Amino acid sequence: MTLDKIKKILNAKVIVGSDALNADIKMACGCDLMSDVLAFVKSDSLLLTGLTNPQVIRTVEMSDIKAVCFVRGKKPDKETVELAKSKNIPLLLTDFPLFEACGKLYKEGLAGCSEINE
Amino acid sequence: MNREITKVQELAYELTVEQAMTRDVVKVHSKNRMGELREILRINRISGTPVVDKDKLVGVVSIEDFIKCLADGEIDSFVGDKMTREVKTLYEDEPLIHAVNKFNKHGFGRFPVVERSSGKLVGVIAKGDIIKTLLKELEINYHEEEIHRYRASHIFRDIIADKTTLIFEYDIAGQDFKHAGESASGLKKSLARLGIPPQILRRIAIATYEAEMNIVIFTSGGRITAYIRPDEIRVKAVDSGPGIPDVKKAMQPGFSTAPPLVQELGFGAGMGLPNIKKCADKMNINSVAGKGTEIEVIIYTQGEK
Repeated sequence: MTLDKIKKILNAKVIVGSDALNADIKMACGCDLMSDVLAFVKSDSLLLTGLTNPQVIRTVEMSDIKAVCFVRGKKPDKETVELAKSKNIPLLLTDFPLFEACGKLYKEGLAGCSEINE
Repeated sequence: MNREITKVQELAYELTVEQAMTRDVVKVHSKNRMGELREILRINRISGTPVVDKDKLVGVVSIEDFIKCLADGEIDSFVGDKMTREVKTLYEDEPLIHAVNKFNKHGFGRFPVVERSSGKLVGVIAKGDIIKTLLKELEINYHEEEIHRYRASHIFRDIIADKTTLIFEYDIAGQDFKHAGESASGLKKSLARLGIPPQILRRIAIATYEAEMNIVIFTSGGRITAYIRPDEIRVKAVDSGPGIPDVKKAMQPGFSTAPPLVQELGFGAGMGLPNIKKCADKMNINSVAGKGTEIEVIIYTQGEK
């Protein structure tokens, strides 16, 4: 699923990486615990999270996650946005809560991280 | 395609008009005849030029003005009578994006560039100059990373020894949540330049990041050292913090002693050490309560696991 389609499904705003909307996202993971993300996420996935601090971007960087969507209308601080920019990590913003955002994407056919073999 | 455009946009904000403009400006005098203008434009292969009297920019004249004169049979008239007097100019220190916007807004082929302090004509900028500068800059950016990668990936082949080990050291400040992760980030980037495959790189990065977070969260500081050999990478995280009283317990997923502040950052879920273990081919922990902790992670870069 392209990032562009994800953006449309979640009615999301793109705050970093409006140029990367063609990126192919293979699966997604919804989580606020970065340690869990580090443990279970696979590369080329989308991270949906309510956490907005720079450690989210660090986690994404380390685990080769392709893009992040912040849920429940939460806006990341400037540091987080700047870090994402410097690492070329697209950031999306949706008003849907985590569960609903995940549900919508799953319904449209985006797989979960445990369903795809790397 | 899309991707390039935004990188270009970024550059358009970084670069200035001065960096893209042509300095050797072909100029004409207002007392030149339109017939002479034709020759000047032809010889220099340009389609327009500023009109300057005594160092002062008084107008611009283009090939269109000449064609109009030709049609009206006024080829002997003065440039000063046919030129555009209300000149839109750019300052040399403006970002390139201003020039792009002005081109879009006015539809002109070129803008004279004047020095902000003196008002003196210092150059001319055409659409082609902008494109050329951006392409060149894109190429430079691309090359720099390529060169880093190329040079670094040759290190092991270029060094003659029975055994070669590269050592990278990173100092970690305790409780510094702002910079937490920079060491893992730096190590990951450096190892990528050495040509370590992505899946292995990812395991090293995650293990190092968790070890770094542990040092930041629980101690007053420490050091991460990476020993890089062609066949294996060893990451050692050493701190002089409180130590882990019960290593066995700490290795259980979900066991955590982290304060609530840390949990707000998305850590402290008791997954740190188990995560490190999951990423490593071999892991050793040596911890003495009250003294400090030493974690060693070994990851083979050529097979195994």
